Amino acid sequence: MSTTVDTATAMPSRRRRLGTTELVYMALLGVVVIGAVIVAISGGNLLSTANTVEMLSRSSLLGFVALGQTFVILCRSLDLSVGYVMALSSLIGATTMAGDPARIPLGIAAVVLVAGGIGLANGLIIAVLKVNPFITTLGMGLIIKGYLDTRYKGPAGAVPEAFRQFGYTRIGFVPLSAAVMLLAMAAGIAYLRTSRTGYHMYAVGGSEDVARLSGIRTGRVMITAHVLCSIAAGVAGLLIAARFGTGSALVYSSGYELDSIAAVVLGGTFLMGGRGGVAGTLAGVLILAELDTVFNVLQVDPFFKEVLRGVVIIAAVAIYARRQVERRATRARFGGDGDDGGTGPGRAPDRPPDSTAGGADGDQVVAGHGGDR
Amino acid sequence: MTAPRPAHRSSGASRVAGVASALFGGGSATVFALLIVIFAGIFAMNPSFMEPPSLMAFIKNAAPLVVLAIGQYFVIVAGELDLSVGSLVGTQVVIAAALIDGEESRTGPVLLLMLVFGVLVGLVNGLITTVLKVHSLITTLGMMLVLYGANRLWTGGAPTGALSEAFRQPGRGGVEMPVVRLLPWSLLILVAVVIAAVVVMRRPYGRVLIAVGDNEQAAAFSGVRVWQVRTAAFVLSSVMATLAAVLIGGYAGVTAQVGEGLEFAAITAVVLGGVVLGGGRGTVIAAMAGALTVEALFTLFNQLSLPSTIRPAAQGLIIIAAVAYAARERSQPAPPVDDARPEPARS
Repeated sequence: MSTTVDTATAMPSRRRRLGTTELVYMALLGVVVIGAVIVAISGGNLLSTANTVEMLSRSSLLGFVALGQTFVILCRSLDLSVGYVMALSSLIGATTMAGDPARIPLGIAAVVLVAGGIGLANGLIIAVLKVNPFITTLGMGLIIKGYLDTRYKGPAGAVPEAFRQFGYTRIGFVPLSAAVMLLAMAAGIAYLRTSRTGYHMYAVGGSEDVARLSGIRTGRVMITAHVLCSIAAGVAGLLIAARFGTGSALVYSSGYELDSIAAVVLGGTFLMGGRGGVAGTLAGVLILAELDTVFNVLQVDPFFKEVLRGVVIIAAVAIYARRQVERRATRARFGGDGDDGGTGPGRAPDRPPDSTAGGADGDQVVAGHGGDR
Repeated sequence: MTAPRPAHRSSGASRVAGVASALFGGGSATVFALLIVIFAGIFAMNPSFMEPPSLMAFIKNAAPLVVLAIGQYFVIVAGELDLSVGSLVGTQVVIAAALIDGEESRTGPVLLLMLVFGVLVGLVNGLITTVLKVHSLITTLGMMLVLYGANRLWTGGAPTGALSEAFRQPGRGGVEMPVVRLLPWSLLILVAVVIAAVVVMRRPYGRVLIAVGDNEQAAAFSGVRVWQVRTAAFVLSSVMATLAAVLIGGYAGVTAQVGEGLEFAAITAVVLGGVVLGGGRGTVIAAMAGALTVEALFTLFNQLSLPSTIRPAAQGLIIIAAVAYAARERSQPAPPVDDARPEPARS
């Protein structure tokens, strides 16, 4: 009986989950079309090469951050330190390279190492010390901010010309940075869909307890997600260094942490974890970048832009939430019918085999505990 | 939910912490211990701090954050989050300055208008979160962007107008007294707010609020209208932010930066007080103590004449350490779950 119910609920839910990503891309298409029409009315061309290049180079920076943020949000975590990691990475990258093309690999390695270390610290504090991710990453951000403000009084370091190409080169109309970002996104999609840890991230986000009881080392998954997130933010910091030609601490006040969370959620990833993916995040990032470009072309007041962005984010998430509510309602009704419609009493005889199976599982876990102590 | 469990406390924990936790509920002992330690540190550095006048000055400085933390507590204990309070404070101060424009007679009506605006913002936050089912982090983040943008758009980045003398009284004025020289209004307001908050949390509404934060479905099945309870919590938070705006406006005056970063300070204060993000656990007194601790920490940094740039780092370290300590304490009664245990199946 239970198997039939499972397939009955699983089938529509899978079809609808596909729908969410499609919906995000339809929203992106809608934003592009409506934006193009509005821009055309005011006498411009949104789809011109210049505007497309601008949109793509805008998206690349947020894209890296949001990619990393997707991993942690899928695990039902959160990273508020990414903005500070970006600033720190740009400074470390620029000072390590010090204008010498031969030191580019060294600079990149240093950034990956430091950013990865910060991610490791975040992950360990969350997974081992059981500190709420919000507080952990907020505190970590403050710690990095303190270090940055004390150590660097202004822009520092110099980026060699060769590395600056990362910020400026274009292949056709695609900026190199955007191409790298798209490749990273593709790698992220592949990672989540094919690797074991990728699947485990969904499991941990869905329910950490169930994931643990299923034999997943939830702590390691959480730590991996945070390390990946910080490294992605580190790459974004390198991109900033490549664009500015020097490292800058002031990047942290640009609000990338909240922007990236908005992009991820706009992309249809569930803030409470376990649902969503990188493909949606890419669309979310592109939507935000396209909106910014439209506002820029129309020369909208930058403060009015904030207002519009706030409204768009709330409205979009409200639409996804509606779909999720509908789905949850259907599932609840399934369960409710099963319970009320005669299965309630009928279930009692079914229970014993189930519960013994559960008991056996429990025994194993307890045994594992006992051996550990 | 908030009941202390002294039986499970490890005997190694300090006696003071044990007594404090028995008094104020589980998970919040850390904050009281921390508060005492920090106050002791300040006192050791500067004995004159404990003299009434400087203590009163401290209270006046800390009052807005305490009020904000109490508002944030209502929202957090119900399982939500309010990021919009910082920009709401900024907007309210700007509204007050622009509309009062130095005219004493306009103080009353403008205060009323601010209250209405605060309730409105809370209602919008609450209804979007509960009826449209948008996660409160996103709702209030959006509200933060909207308020911030609207505020700057309206003023062009430079607030105009001036506050009236009557408006500034609650924030910086006080009653002349023999011992403390000046008993600040903000202390009286603070005491009133804390008492009101404690009473509210002991009334059915407060119990239901905690129940909703602890287990939304169970609360709903017991007949609670979850959306009403949560919306009311958001309204309370916004009203508290309005009150904080009055206090800050009076104390610090009008600038474009008023309220920036206060949302994170308030959340930090509440969590420092042992209130669990996700809801259902923690007391309002502990949240208040958390806010006092954050402010005392800043005072201590001043006493140590720590370079202002290193302060965030110290603050971050202390927050993480305090919450980690509280989490360790809280997880003790439950059987510890170890992630790193060797699993038989490697698959």
